[in-house]
Amino acid sequence: MEMDTPAGRNALDAAARGWVGKPLDRVDGRPKVTGRAIYAYETMQGPATAYGYVVEASIGKGSIVSIDAQAAERAPGVVLVLTHLNAPAQGQGNHHEAHPVLTGPEVAYYGQPVAFVVAETFEEARAAAYLVRVRYDRAPGRYALRANLDRARAPRVASADSAVGDFDAGYAASPVRLDEIYTTPLQSHAMMEPHATLASWDGDQLTLHTSNQMLNQGRQAVARTLQVPVEKVRLVSPYIGGGFGAKLWVNADAILAAIAARQLSRPVKTALTRQQVFHVTTHRSDTIQRIRLGADQEGRLQAIGHDSYSGNLPSEPTFEAAAMQTRTLYAGANRLTRHRVAPLDIPVASSMRAPGEAVGLLALEIAMDELAEKLDLDPIELRLRNEPREDPERHVPYSSRHLVACLQEGSRRFGWAARSPRPGQVRDGRQLVGMGVAAATRGNPLELSRASVRLGPDGVATVRMAMTDIGTGTYTILTQIAADMLGLSPDHVRMEIGDTAFPQASGSGGSFGAASSGSALFDACDRLRAKLAAAAGVDPGAARFADGRLEAGGQSRALVDLVGASGVEADGEIRPGETLKAFSQQSYGAHFAEVGVDVDTGEVRLRRMLGVFTAGRILNAKTARSQAIGGMVFGIGAALEEGLTLDPRFGFYVNHDLAEYHVPVHADVPEIDAIFLPELDDAANPLKSKGIGELGICGAGAALANAIYNACGARIRDYPITLDKLLGALPTQS
Amino acid sequence: MKAFTYERAASIAQAASASAVPGARIIAGGTNLLDLMKLQVETPTRLIDINRLALDVIEDTPEGGLRIGATVRNSDLAADPRVRRRYGVLSRALLAGASAQLRNKATTGGNLLQRTRCYYFYDVTKPCNKRSPGSGCAAMEGFNRIHAVLGASSQCIATNPSDMAVAFRVLDANVETAGADGRSRSIPIAEFHRLPGATPSVETDLRAGEMITAVTLPPPPPGVQIYRKVRDRASYAFALVSVAAVVDTSGGRIRSARFAFGGLAPKPWRIGTSEEVLANAAASASSFNAAANIVLRGARGYGGNDFKIPLARRTLSAVLAQATRA
Ligand SMILES: Cc1cc2nc3c(=O)[nH]c(=O)nc-3n(C[C@H](O)[C@H](O)[C@H](O)COP(=O)(O)OP(=O)(O)OC[C@H]3O[C@@H](n4cnc5c(N)ncnc54)[C@H](O)[C@@H]3O)c2cc1C
Ligand code: SF4
Repeated sequence: MEMDTPAGRNALDAAARGWVGKPLDRVDGRPKVTGRAIYAYETMQGPATAYGYVVEASIGKGSIVSIDAQAAERAPGVVLVLTHLNAPAQGQGNHHEAHPVLTGPEVAYYGQPVAFVVAETFEEARAAAYLVRVRYDRAPGRYALRANLDRARAPRVASADSAVGDFDAGYAASPVRLDEIYTTPLQSHAMMEPHATLASWDGDQLTLHTSNQMLNQGRQAVARTLQVPVEKVRLVSPYIGGGFGAKLWVNADAILAAIAARQLSRPVKTALTRQQVFHVTTHRSDTIQRIRLGADQEGRLQAIGHDSYSGNLPSEPTFEAAAMQTRTLYAGANRLTRHRVAPLDIPVASSMRAPGEAVGLLALEIAMDELAEKLDLDPIELRLRNEPREDPERHVPYSSRHLVACLQEGSRRFGWAARSPRPGQVRDGRQLVGMGVAAATRGNPLELSRASVRLGPDGVATVRMAMTDIGTGTYTILTQIAADMLGLSPDHVRMEIGDTAFPQASGSGGSFGAASSGSALFDACDRLRAKLAAAAGVDPGAARFADGRLEAGGQSRALVDLVGASGVEADGEIRPGETLKAFSQQSYGAHFAEVGVDVDTGEVRLRRMLGVFTAGRILNAKTARSQAIGGMVFGIGAALEEGLTLDPRFGFYVNHDLAEYHVPVHADVPEIDAIFLPELDDAANPLKSKGIGELGICGAGAALANAIYNACGARIRDYPITLDKLLGALPTQS
Repeated sequence: MKAFTYERAASIAQAASASAVPGARIIAGGTNLLDLMKLQVETPTRLIDINRLALDVIEDTPEGGLRIGATVRNSDLAADPRVRRRYGVLSRALLAGASAQLRNKATTGGNLLQRTRCYYFYDVTKPCNKRSPGSGCAAMEGFNRIHAVLGASSQCIATNPSDMAVAFRVLDANVETAGADGRSRSIPIAEFHRLPGATPSVETDLRAGEMITAVTLPPPPPGVQIYRKVRDRASYAFALVSVAAVVDTSGGRIRSARFAFGGLAPKPWRIGTSEEVLANAAASASSFNAAANIVLRGARGYGGNDFKIPLARRTLSAVLAQATRA
C-alpha cells in the first residue's frame, strides 16, 4: 500500500485481543540472556576461519611513503597482510553507504585503515599488526571546526537553507531580542557491541554476518564497492548490540573481511577494538550554532534565525542538520535557517541518534529559556504562546501535534509550579537545586518496506523481512502486530528477520523502523486475511480474527482448517506517499529535569527527570518507555559528560576509549520516568504510530542545561557542562 | 598483545626471583596490566601469577594496626569490618574507585602499581617520555585535563590515578616487599612513589625482582575520616581531585589534621607544614585557606587542568568544614 490518504478505521483498531500496545516482554529477551542469540562475531564457520585486525593510520593527513609488511607476514599464524599495494580495485558508488578501503597511499583521516592483518587467531593478527611498519609523509591537516569556519560552505542539497518572510527586518523590529552562540562537541555512538563481521564466499556468493542496521542499503553498498552483482551478496544480522547510527552504513570491518575472505578462499572474521571504533567508524560532528530570536513584549516570536556549522571530510555529502527542527517547532512570521559545513580532515562524520534535532535542540531550547527570562515569562508559557496552528514554513497542517498537552501534563506531574523563577534560590544540603524544561520534537519519516507472512498448518504464522532489531524491541512489536492482525497469540508468531534473503525492509534508523516495517507487516497480514476469508467463503470486511479462528456471518472456522497442508502466504508492502507532503509529521514531547549543583565543587548530578511524549499509537508500552528513557539517558550524557576531544596536532580523538569518553553510568541516572499521552496519527501510516527511537534524546540535554542555570545562575552554552565551566559561578565558601 | 609465557609462582621467593628476569612481569588482578598489553604499552614475555601465594589475608598486627596482603581484592578490603570501622577513609577511597567488577579483581599491590591514565601514554603512536624515554611529552602542550598541577616535571605531567593510595598516604601505611635476594623491606608510603624528574619511567622505589607482599597500617589516628572524590560522573571515573582527611576536632578547634590529595600529582600529595598550620587552629575558612595556600604553593596548570587548582582549594575547604562540623 502507498500512504496517500489517512488510514481511517482499520483492522488494527478492531483487533480483538489488543496485543498491540501491551507491555509485552521482549520475545528476544530469553535468547539474549541465555546466550542463544548469536551476534556477528559469535557466528561460527568452522576451523577454516581466519581472523583479521585493522591497522589504522596514525597521522591525520598525508600519504604513505612506504609500508613494510614483511615482519608481520613472517609472524606466527599470519596468512595475509592486505595493504594498498595488494588490495583489489573497488567501486566508489553511492559512497557514503560504504567506503572502498586501501585504495592508495593517501591518508584522508586519522584511523583510516592502512592495512589488514589476517591470521589463524585474533591475537596473532593483533600482535602482527603492530609489526607493520608504515612511513608517512605528513601534510598539514585541517581538523578543528572553529579554526576552519571561514571555509565552511553550503552543503550540496536544496534543503540546506530555508527562509520565510523577512528575517532581518522582523528581527530588527523586535523589541526583545536574543543572539547567542551555542556549541556541541564531537560525539561517538558508544554502542555496546563494536563493529564485527564474518565474511565467507561460496563460489561467487558472498555472505556477511555483520552488525548492521540497514541490510538492504548495506547489500547494495557492498555489491557496488566489491563490484559484484547485488544478488550475489547476502547480509545476515539477526541480533545487533546497539548501533545509534554507527551501523547505518557498511563499515571497513565488512569490506576488509570480504576482500580478505575472497583472497584467501576461507572465512574471515574481524571485530574492531573499542579504541578503533572511535576513529575507524563514524561520529557526530561538533556544531557551532548561532540562534537569534526576536519577540514582541508578550513573547510572541517575530523572528527566528538558526545558523548551524558542522564539519566533515570534503568527500562526504552529509552535514549535521541541527537547524531542521527550528523550521517546524514554533510559530513566527520571519524565519531563517542555514546549514554550513566546513571541510575537515577528520574521520567520517555521520548520523548519530536523532541527527540534527539531538544537537539542534540542545541549542534552541536553551535559547528559548533565555528568551523567557528576558521577557520575565515562565518558559512553559513562552512555548504555549508560540504554538503554531500549522507548519510555519510549509503551511500544511500537522498530522498530529500535542506539544502543549505534553508541557502541561509534565508541568503538573513534575511539580513545576514549585520552581523558583530566580536562579540560585534553592538549597538542599551542599547542593544548589534547579529545575529546567525543554521541548522535544523529531521528524517522522516512513520508508519503503516489504514483508511476507505465512500461516502454516501448525497454526503458526512465520513473518519474514530483512528488518533489523538493534535492541529496540522490533521483534516484539512485529510479533504483536501479526498477533492482532491474524487473531493469534504471540507465541504463535515466529519472526525471521535480519537477513537480506527475506523481503526488503527499511532497517533501523531515523525513527522509521517500527512504522515502516510494521506497516509492511500490517499490509501482508491484511492480504493474508483476505486469502483466509476467501478460503472460508466469507467477505473479508466482515471477518473477525480472534483466538486462531475466523468468524463471520455466524460461522466460525479454525484458521488451521483454512490453510491446507502447505499453508497460506501473503506479501505486503508500504510506500511513503502523499501524506508526507500533505502533512507536517513529527513526534513531540517535553522534558523536565531537576539537578543539584555541588556548591563546593560544581559537580552536577541529576536528581530526577520526567519526559512526557506523544508519538501516535504506542506499539508496546514497555519497549516504548525503554526507548524514551534510553534517549533521556543519552540526553544526560550530552548535557554533562559526552565529548570527544580533538588533538589538533595529530587530528585524533584523545579520549578514544570508554574510560575517558564518558557516557552516563547507573549512578548518574536516578529516578527518571517517561510517559506517553494517548494519540493516534492516521496520516502517518496504517499503524497510526510515529517514531519513538530518537524522540527521548531530543531536547533532553537542554532541560538539564536550563536546570543548571536555574540552580546556580551559570548559563553555559558550551556542552558538555562539566564542573570546570561552573567553578567561577559558585558562591564563595564561608 | 605479544605472545608470552605464563607461570604460577609457587612461593614468594620464587615469584620475586622470576620477576627479576628482564621481560618478566608479575600479574595480580590483571585489570591494568592486560589492558596495557593489548595496546603493547607493556610487552612482557613472561607473566608470573602471584594469585595462589596466599597473600589474600588481612591480619591484625600486634601494634593494633592491620597487615593487608598484596592480593587482597579491593572489594574485600573495602568490606572488611575492621577496615570499615577503624579505617573508613580507606574503605571509602576503595569504593570510590573503578567499578564493582574491577574492584573484585583488583588487588592491593596491583592498585599501588597501576600506571597513569594519561591518554598519550596509552597510545604507542604518540610521544611519551614515560613509555618511551626521550620521545617527548605529548600531554604538556596537548590535552591535559586530567594531568598534574603539582610534582610534575618538564619531562612528564602525569598523575597517579589511585584512590586507595591517597588513603594509605594519610594513614601512614608501609609497603612491605620481598626481594629476589630473599630480603624484605618496609617502605613508607611517602617514599614509595617517585616524582618524574628526569626519569618519568621510574615510578616507584621498587627494585628489579622486588615484589609487594603486604601493606601495613599503623593504628588509626584519632578523628573523623573522610574521603571526597570529585569526578566528571557519579561513578566509574578517575578523580579530578580527591581529598583523604583525618581531622580531630574539639570545641570548634582542630586538635590535629592530616590530609592528602589525589588527582593533583604523580603521587598522593601530602605536605606536613600545611597540616601544622591547622593544629590547634580554629575551624574556620581562613585556617582552611591557609592550609590550602601551603599545599598549592607552586601549583601550575598546563591549560586543560588549570581548573584543578581552584577546585583543589574548594574541595579541601569543603572537606575540612565537613570534618569539623561533624
Ligand atoms: C576503566 C577503569 C577505571 C578505573 N577506575 C579507577 C578509579 O576510579 N580509581 C582507582 O584507584 N583505580 C581505578 N582503576 C584502576 C584499578 O584500580 C587498577 O586497574 C587495579 O587496582 C590494578 O590492580 P590489579 O591487581 O588488577 O593489577 P595488575 O593489572 O595485575 O597489575 C598492575 C601492575 O602491578 C604489578 N603488580 C601487581 N601486583 C604486584 C605485586 N604484588 N608486586 C609487584 N608488582 C605487582 C604488575 O606487574 C603490573 O605492572 C580503573 C581501572 C579501569 C580499567
Ligand atoms: S604526561 Fe607523562 S605519561 Fe603523559 S605523555 Fe607526558 S610523559 Fe607520557
